[in-house]
Amino acid sequence: MDVQRLVAMANDIAAFFDAESGNAAPEGVRNHLSKFWEPRMRREIIEHLRKGGEGLCPTASAAIEKLAADPSVS
Amino acid sequence: MHAHDHHDLGTPAVKGEPVTLEIDGVSITVPAGTSVIRAAALAHRDIPRLCATDTLKSFGSCRLCLVHIEGRKGTPASCTTEVVPGMKVHTQSEQLERLRRNVLELYVSEHPMGSCPASAGCELESLAAQHGIRESRYAVGTTARAAHMPAAVDASNPYFVADDSLCIVCSRCVRACEDQQGTFALTIEGRGLESRVAASQRQPFFESECVSCGACVEACPTGALLEKSVIAVDQLPERSVRTTCAYCGVGCSLIAEVSADAVTRMVPDRAGRANQGHACVKGRFAYGYATHGDRVTRPLIRERITDEWREVSWDEAISHAAAEFKRIQAKYGRDSIGGITSSRCTNEETFLVQKLVRAAFGNNNVDTCARVCHSPTGYGLKHTLGESAGTQEFVSVQQADVIMVIGASPTEAHPVFASQMKRRLRAGAKLIVVDPRAIALVKSPHVAADYHLRLLPGTNVAVINALAHVVVTEGLTRDDYIADRCERESYEKWRAFISDPKNSPEAVETVTGVPAALVRGAARLYARGPNSAIYYGLGVTEHSQGTTMVMGIANLAMATGNLGREGVGVSPLRGQNNVQGSCDMGSFPHEFSGYRHVSDDATRGLFESMWKVQLGSEPGLRIPNMFEAALDGSFKGLYIQGEDFAQSDPNTAHVTAALSAMECIVIQDIFHNETAKFAHVFLPGSSFLEKDGTFTNAERRISRVRKVIEPLAGFADWQVTMRLSNALGYAMDYSHPSQIMDEIAALTPTFTGVSYEKLDRLGSIQWPCNDAAPQGTPTMHVDQFVRGKGKFHVTAYVPTRERTSAKYPLLLTTGRVLTQYNVGAQTRRTANLAWHSEDRLELHPHDAEARGIEHGDWVGVTSRAGDTVLRVEITDRVAPGVVYTTFHFPESGANLITTENSDWATNCPEYKVTAVQVVKVAQPRAWQRRRQEAAPAEPAVSPN
Repeated sequence: MDVQRLVAMANDIAAFFDAESGNAAPEGVRNHLSKFWEPRMRREIIEHLRKGGEGLCPTASAAIEKLAADPSVS
Repeated sequence: MHAHDHHDLGTPAVKGEPVTLEIDGVSITVPAGTSVIRAAALAHRDIPRLCATDTLKSFGSCRLCLVHIEGRKGTPASCTTEVVPGMKVHTQSEQLERLRRNVLELYVSEHPMGSCPASAGCELESLAAQHGIRESRYAVGTTARAAHMPAAVDASNPYFVADDSLCIVCSRCVRACEDQQGTFALTIEGRGLESRVAASQRQPFFESECVSCGACVEACPTGALLEKSVIAVDQLPERSVRTTCAYCGVGCSLIAEVSADAVTRMVPDRAGRANQGHACVKGRFAYGYATHGDRVTRPLIRERITDEWREVSWDEAISHAAAEFKRIQAKYGRDSIGGITSSRCTNEETFLVQKLVRAAFGNNNVDTCARVCHSPTGYGLKHTLGESAGTQEFVSVQQADVIMVIGASPTEAHPVFASQMKRRLRAGAKLIVVDPRAIALVKSPHVAADYHLRLLPGTNVAVINALAHVVVTEGLTRDDYIADRCERESYEKWRAFISDPKNSPEAVETVTGVPAALVRGAARLYARGPNSAIYYGLGVTEHSQGTTMVMGIANLAMATGNLGREGVGVSPLRGQNNVQGSCDMGSFPHEFSGYRHVSDDATRGLFESMWKVQLGSEPGLRIPNMFEAALDGSFKGLYIQGEDFAQSDPNTAHVTAALSAMECIVIQDIFHNETAKFAHVFLPGSSFLEKDGTFTNAERRISRVRKVIEPLAGFADWQVTMRLSNALGYAMDYSHPSQIMDEIAALTPTFTGVSYEKLDRLGSIQWPCNDAAPQGTPTMHVDQFVRGKGKFHVTAYVPTRERTSAKYPLLLTTGRVLTQYNVGAQTRRTANLAWHSEDRLELHPHDAEARGIEHGDWVGVTSRAGDTVLRVEITDRVAPGVVYTTFHFPESGANLITTENSDWATNCPEYKVTAVQVVKVAQPRAWQRRRQEAAPAEPAVSPN
């Protein structure tokens, strides 16, 4: 997967939830990624975050951290 | 000529209180407002008529339908006389017979018996024969029109002939063009024997304003307007089959008339609830692609995409495909393959493909071409209202006071519904158009938009927010409705957001390009309705904020109480015939049929129990994700039913690189297409004429598709999928698509009441159809929203990444024309080419002048994704700074320049916003010239 494409997608999702959910935005993004991203995409974005998460906005980063904490994902 | 098996009732049906009357001693009860001629026909006492037909309001010109009514003087025309309680009507008498014979003889004096071809089903000649008339007492000298009109035949239209010499000047064609189609292209000019039907300014039909819908041809009682296909066979049809059109999401009910196992004519079904007896140039006439010589009828395989194709047996092709998929999974893992369902195929076929992927492939890597058009509709409406579908039936528009059309061009893409919409607009409804382009509805005969919000591409959300801002801040919300039906917390949050001055029309004017005063006026008009309805198209969904915009539309409708009854609602105009159905059938990688997530244990358990296999609980790959995975080497095999990625998906270079990286692509289609160039197995598909099944249109209406001719390649698509599944080791055993529908009904709560028996009985059914709604559901969310309380969502405007710059100063947006359809695979293989044989780039005169470009010049169109060359059309339909093209021809390469940007929620591509530069060039690009010169571009096939 093109990780920069995944980063852009995650940031776009975060932009919606930032407006919609305020402080709960990371949970909204995490839930969206769980429901709509295929596991290999989730694994790759988690791996990208672990390498520093370049390009990810704060909400997306927080959401992916939550995702990484889910043992069923990685 | 109406369909041969149609019993014409003379005038249209009306609604009213029951009225009982007596006709020739037969008691009959009909709605008040019904004409006597219709009541008589319903009582099986048909009254002769020539100017009346049941698709048109009465006209009263032919003087044949005269009757006696007890207590009334004279012999009134039954078509213009309404029923009255206790009325006693007599349809036969010596006096009436004498009057009718006299009128018929006058007609026959101008139109001698035997003038029309037998296949025309001439109503005049038939009536005259019934009354024993062989010749006319008035036929002396040169009374026949033919003698006055020696050059009366206009064969300019590709599909029908107009012969003035056979015309009886009944005006049915003129009225059909006005009342049914709403184009007003025809008139009667001249007097007496010189009177004739004229198209536009007495032009040949082809050069006139006529849109070739065929309503005039069907309305004509003689052979004056007649299909060329009917003239060619010169015999009445042997049989008729009711089926459903395979073009756009209107889903017109059609009657295929057949002789010698070939379709001779397609006639709209007057009982069709979606189309109400109307059709368009595509559905009525452009069906010839089904038997075009380009059809692939033998399975093909090849080892590498650089090899020639090799014709093989069905057994070999299926075995090879199955073996390849097994090999790839063994080597790269279970998730390395997937499948694509098609919105062109039936519900049953799409259901089987997703079943094949989930049960036989063992993963959830299934997606559908609806991904690239209306996936944001599903997400947006599900999260706000609770169901991933439009809220109304088409006839609802007749109750609308205000119609808002956003990002759609119904006259081009959904022409039959557009005619219904125009009828309502002519009756006084107000119109708001939100579109970067001046679509035809903005100004056309007897229709003009009250507001045209000509926004810049990519600013939809800013405009919908500004409209809602006006509604909220000017106190135009329906507070009682909101309090009763919507989530209070979500509303309060949204209200605070939308009230912020940053969302005011004045604040966003510089972003959207729409004057604030227009936005305020449109918002007030919509809010005050009282019945306001929104219809939208791909100009809403195909954006990076497509889902946000759908939510914004739902917010606006909820805030103004415009959901849950006739005349209002939120209605997506679906692009293809079965977009709604393919989504309903579980084609998306994250959900089963009925929009239930694969992670839901109870739902998954239901499917596992029925299918006797363990199913995955994780979402699979979407189409664009499949391309990414192919490029990284983890996705290697794909079964594609009826979809042409390489032409229809954005950023062609990216798509073709991904397709080239796969090891086995299996295409199932009726023609070779751009994607087939990257395929290893080609399985011949079947057109809609060759199979049984159902389509679901934009109003959730499930309609039967019935087999008209045998499959050219021997199998319907559902049979091919079944064979592939069996070859993979997962048993499927259906003998008829009705069994697949029974399985769908057993597994899908919104379909539990659907069966072929019920569809045949009711004609069509709008889902949900279950114990709570056994006859279906024309209007959704009547007492409450499907999700319970409606949920408002905050819809902040986030500008797309795609921005104009000095290098790419113009914004490109895309759409369709009436006579072509999507990637053109069907319509390019019909005579519709006569109207539109190439895609053109629309460019505003100011932008053209600044670049030294003239009408008809070739121009290079360059974006950061790629470039192509198109011929230019200079027009002010587009605003300065905006250019527009269609994408019907592969040599245009429209998607070479569109980008990979997509909707945040669904990855629906952002086709509608691409920053480009346009410069004058001398000629098409070399590859385009090669394509044009090579047409028809058939691939090499070696014999067995």
